[in-house]
Amino acid sequence: MIPFEQFVLQNGLRVVVHEDHATPMAVVNVMYDVGARDEDPSKTGFAHLFEHLMFGGSVNIPSYDEPLQRAGGENNAYTTNDLTNYYCQLPAENIETAFWLESDRMLSLAFGEKSLETQRKVVSEEFKEHYLNKPYGDVWHKMRSLAYTTHPYRWMTIGAELSHIENATLEDVKRFFFKHYRPSNAILTVAGHVTTAQVRQLAEKWFGDIPSGEKYIRHLPLEPVQTAPRKLEVHANVPADAFYKCWHICSRTDRRYYATDLLTEVLSGGGSSRLFQSLVKEKQLFSNIGCYHFGSIDAGLAAIEGKLVKGVKMEDAEAAVEAELQKIKGTSVEEKELRKVKNKTESLIIFEDMSLMNRAGSLSFYTLLGNTNMINEELERYQLVSAEELRQEAEIIFDANNSITMYYFGNH
Amino acid sequence: MTPITALPCIILVIIKKQNVLTMVNRQFAPGIKDAINYTLELKPFRKFILSNGVAVYAIDAGVEEVVQLELVFNAGNWYEHQNMVASTTNHMLKNGTSRKNAFNINEHFEYYGSYLNRACYNETAMLSLHSLTKHLHELLPVIQELITESAMPEAELDIYRQNMKQKLEVNLKKCDFVSNRLIDEYLFGINHPYGKYSSSIAYDALQPEQLRRFFDQYYVNGNCTIFIAGRLPNNIELLLNENFGSLPLNKAQLPHITHPVEAAAEKKYRIINDKEGIQGAIRIASHFPGRHHPHFTKAQVLNTLFGGYFGSRLMSNIREDKGYTYGIHSYMQNHVQQTAWMISTEAGKEVCEATIAEVYKEMQALREKAVPEEELLLVKNYLIGTILGDLDGPFHIIGRWKNIILNELGEDYFYTAVADIKNVTAKEIQELANQYLHPNRFYELVVV
Repeated sequence: MIPFEQFVLQNGLRVVVHEDHATPMAVVNVMYDVGARDEDPSKTGFAHLFEHLMFGGSVNIPSYDEPLQRAGGENNAYTTNDLTNYYCQLPAENIETAFWLESDRMLSLAFGEKSLETQRKVVSEEFKEHYLNKPYGDVWHKMRSLAYTTHPYRWMTIGAELSHIENATLEDVKRFFFKHYRPSNAILTVAGHVTTAQVRQLAEKWFGDIPSGEKYIRHLPLEPVQTAPRKLEVHANVPADAFYKCWHICSRTDRRYYATDLLTEVLSGGGSSRLFQSLVKEKQLFSNIGCYHFGSIDAGLAAIEGKLVKGVKMEDAEAAVEAELQKIKGTSVEEKELRKVKNKTESLIIFEDMSLMNRAGSLSFYTLLGNTNMINEELERYQLVSAEELRQEAEIIFDANNSITMYYFGNH
Repeated sequence: MTPITALPCIILVIIKKQNVLTMVNRQFAPGIKDAINYTLELKPFRKFILSNGVAVYAIDAGVEEVVQLELVFNAGNWYEHQNMVASTTNHMLKNGTSRKNAFNINEHFEYYGSYLNRACYNETAMLSLHSLTKHLHELLPVIQELITESAMPEAELDIYRQNMKQKLEVNLKKCDFVSNRLIDEYLFGINHPYGKYSSSIAYDALQPEQLRRFFDQYYVNGNCTIFIAGRLPNNIELLLNENFGSLPLNKAQLPHITHPVEAAAEKKYRIINDKEGIQGAIRIASHFPGRHHPHFTKAQVLNTLFGGYFGSRLMSNIREDKGYTYGIHSYMQNHVQQTAWMISTEAGKEVCEATIAEVYKEMQALREKAVPEEELLLVKNYLIGTILGDLDGPFHIIGRWKNIILNELGEDYFYTAVADIKNVTAKEIQELANQYLHPNRFYELVVV
């Protein structure tokens, strides 16, 4: 049971406090309800570029990192298709430094031309390092644009193409900031050796006078239901053929989410999972195989991906995957197997919650989803999933008309 | 409508501005307690010895009912006579015993929601378990079985070999992977445990019989130390003794094996691995006396200034000012006997040479000019703050002790190191830079 308290400032900033006096540290986590899904299709990669700019100085403070490090703190941030999260950890006695820094950059950035120019280059190098200069680096660009025709999940967080980042102007950047980086669009979570009264006082002092701005109302286009299989063949300069297949799944807040998550765990969560045992160990068709889902807030994707053992035909590999999916659609998993994936989920949650930073991040995320107490309710929701629900979910998801298949051929 | 709504807004803004001035002054940083004024404490371990002489180091702490168990064997690649034997033996510990096949083993640990991992390093190799405390007694007997009865089945080895060769083939397309291998080879030589690396040929040469012999000598009859942390059950000594206390461990002396370092004569390398590559992996590295050297901790402070944290000289210049790279880092690559001082980055192909020039400029600046007191204090605060944050939880605490014990650094090492960080002066930092940060000491490699 993770205790927390929460309140809302007049400007709309939601605040969550989690007291833990066993540590001398405090974590300050600011989550903005903006991700790549909120981008203009002609200006993708902005949410992520923005994350970089957030370290380029704010209106009253030329550098974010220096004062934080001087206070014994460290920090980082990440952007997803759904949200952007900034977090820092520092000795609790210096917590006001974090309030000072985070509130100033919520008030306004410095918007320096130099900072934009540098970060455009840095993000371009990041793009190259992870997506262009790596074997199989283009897979998820291609997969997303095939799986989604309408919803902005059709591009990756890094952006649809380099030119969008290269052409970003200071005007674009300012508009994005004042649209999305407002108190009413943010969640502040403070965890560790702090009290709620202290956090309330500091939050009022530092964040209370930031104009709430116009509330951003998200109107994303709904992805139409897919009605026929989609397929793509790619030929690239890679040493091994690879097989990728995706299916549309429910959203994060759907009650079916828990069955979906356990389903991927039955298929590929570890050395005794079905796909690994059958396709890597027994049939030796794949040198590795994984099944997972993207965990996105709007309706996302489940994926199976694997590299083929040399000499194996793509069609044979796919047929073997299909046979495993038929099995899980046709017959309910045994009680022991269901217990196994639930036990794994239980310990995963407990291990994750050991870290103060993770607890702060999860509290923010569940608040963003609309119910902070999900942090204490998730395990129970997993425990309630029945074998029959798993089977039904498999039947819904692993339907040919719901699938997107990619054959990725190497040159050999 | 517009003018009517606009007007109150303007008034509101004026009021707000006045408020800002009276409420909070954002120009000045709030006061801080310098992290270097904190007293850091590393919770002492409890040590007990099993009936067969195996030492157990335990940290009983934390609120969650979880436990981490690590069995560390002197079974790293230092002791193998043929490349990849140590790492493959370590990997195969989960792939079948005389009583259970790989599936049964995985299923057992996964059923209890636990994670059993293995890792092979240069000197040591280990098995580590993460589990809920309540399941520990179901898991220890199987761990005992793995370290006494692993069968190294040929069929399992064949699958492993085939899949690892394929994985290697993919990795060899990546400039960062290739550069990591080559720089180690230049520093230590291809025959040295720190310098050698995997190859298809080495995988092909592996035989189950070699693995069984290595397993028998270095695991079954090997040298083992146990580290355990978390919320420990009351009968933990009894549990460990029942499962590991009567095994024939720690009886035989470890063979005394030396490996001469054969560093490359040539220091500069430019390699084209992928004609279509658009980035180069840069590695700049030199030898550095290891963890036992009195300069070690103070050099760590210098390293942090140089390229060891986000605000470092290298990051500020090469990422934040020039935008040549997504990230550039320097670090000590620590082995038990030797250390390498490494600078590592991936940069656009056309700016690789400019990046290297800037790295040397930053070395020069550190040699020629004493670091400003303010910057030094910042780095000290950052380092101490990081250690303070890192002492959070039993697994981190035992991790620090494990490092100290396995490297025989002495029980006061933590406190000496903290004192070194707090006390090092700008003058000492400059002296260290003059001693160690000379371009002619460094190997230099770009792989595109």
